[in-house]
Amino acid sequence: MVEQEGFRRYVAHIILWIGIAIVAFPVYVAFVASTQDNALIANGQMSLLPGGHFFEVYYQTIFVGTSGSTREPVANMMLNSLIMALLIAVGKIAISIISAYGIVYFRFPFRMPIFWLIFITLMLPVEVRIYPTYKIVADLHLLDSYAGLALPLIASATATLLFRQFFMTVPDELLEASRIDGAGPLRFFWDTLLPLSRTNMAALFVILFILGWNQYLWPLLITTRDDMQTIQIGIRKMMTTNDALTEWPIVMATAVLAMLPPVFVVVVMQKLFVRGLVETEK
Amino acid sequence: MQKQAIFRSKLLPYALVAPQLAIVLIFFYWPALQAVIQSFLLQDAFGLSTSFVWFDNYVELFRDPAYFETIVRTFFFSFAIAASSLSVALLLAVMADKPLRGGAVYRTLLIWPYAVAPPVVGVLWVFMLHPSLGVLTRYLRAAGIEWNPLLDGGQAATLVIIAAAWKQISYNFLFFLAGLAAIPKSVLEAAAIDGARPMRRFWTVTFPLLSPTIFFLLVINIVYAFFDTFGIIDTMTRGGPGKSTETLVYKVYNDGLIGGNLGSSAAQSVILMIMVIVLTGIQFRFVERKVTY
Repeated sequence: MVEQEGFRRYVAHIILWIGIAIVAFPVYVAFVASTQDNALIANGQMSLLPGGHFFEVYYQTIFVGTSGSTREPVANMMLNSLIMALLIAVGKIAISIISAYGIVYFRFPFRMPIFWLIFITLMLPVEVRIYPTYKIVADLHLLDSYAGLALPLIASATATLLFRQFFMTVPDELLEASRIDGAGPLRFFWDTLLPLSRTNMAALFVILFILGWNQYLWPLLITTRDDMQTIQIGIRKMMTTNDALTEWPIVMATAVLAMLPPVFVVVVMQKLFVRGLVETEK
Repeated sequence: MQKQAIFRSKLLPYALVAPQLAIVLIFFYWPALQAVIQSFLLQDAFGLSTSFVWFDNYVELFRDPAYFETIVRTFFFSFAIAASSLSVALLLAVMADKPLRGGAVYRTLLIWPYAVAPPVVGVLWVFMLHPSLGVLTRYLRAAGIEWNPLLDGGQAATLVIIAAAWKQISYNFLFFLAGLAAIPKSVLEAAAIDGARPMRRFWTVTFPLLSPTIFFLLVINIVYAFFDTFGIIDTMTRGGPGKSTETLVYKVYNDGLIGGNLGSSAAQSVILMIMVIVLTGIQFRFVERKVTY
């Protein structure tokens, strides 16, 4: 703008760097703590420079686990989180895209009631119906299973609405054309609509993967066996109520490891992530 | 809104919607209905006898001053979290919106906290502000502040608010950036030619044009503070000390799981559902209005 000279830009750079420092500092502290000796931290003498126990701590965290509260190695927890996140992302996209296709491209009795039934599930998080959902999952014998972890979180409409919105913008000529080519509804879906939706699906996948990976209350309730634990639950169990027993370097290493996959996805898939986010919310 | 070109098929559309419908009915409607039914029932602690008590659970809740305190506390948390993270995010977004060298780098470095899980956020902050070993606690001590969130309810609440707001900065930042990008530069240039200084331009042009985004984010942030702070609270304070960090969702969990009071917990769930439906309704009204404008 007219009077935007060097000084104002200078200020902007400084403010942005302060912002980055604020968001990065806790993670830096966690990383530093994960490379230090537990006794040193417990004495309140933690230094703000990385210590020399990096390999030792991470080896123990990933392959062994803590010696006290949970003996489960973090690699196993990460695998559980990964399976859960993938099931949620893939499952939600799969059922949403076909139901959106059904609702947009067909006229059939009860079409609108069905649409509303799905639509209403928007934005009501699993937290508010947590105990009844728990009971149903228990009755279906799905406690401590991947299906039990994923299914209740798939039951919401955001993705369906997104695909519906997108399908409405697909020109009718495409359908006419593929009909002239003799394609039936399934062929049209598979050969035309699915390839067109690829970026939408990818953007949604990024968001849903992070959502799934970061789930907490639900896995907290329905996993009782240690080997079914997700990493978010593992972290909480590592923070024992008796403070003196908490192995802070391992807790912090777990926190760092728990952050890596979703943060990696956000940073690498930035464009898709931003697109998916803005589209799902608005 | 309807498509002109459609397929004709009797059974196929049902097959297409069936999987989602089944999951939604089993894992959404059925439990939601159960919550409503349960909220009218009184069950003894062992689940041996159940009786229908109409609105007793609700009446008892609203007679309970502790429940009102939880409502007030939750709203206070929500507004404190929303206000602090929105203002920081807006400042950063306005700065990042300027044509700066390395703008893309700034953006990347600011958006990743979105991906950090709430319990991890809780662990990070609890560690930094731990009463005996936190790295920031030393500085607070040096400044003469007796910091112990394990004992002091106000400090525990502050800790939860800081952690929750910290995580939400990146999300708000992204939406503010999108909102700022949508403001036509010509309007700002016209104001500049009229002699409006940058601060004045911000408050008279940018801020009003950004108000739809701000309102949208306010609703989203309140919903976030209601539900997504569960993981933060559970790892940081578990609702304590006393009840100083117990929000509505945490109380549902506490009363149901630990207290075994399923009727009251269900009634609380139903009240929460109504609150979310109202918030969603407000948001849709507003989004719709924005579309017609």
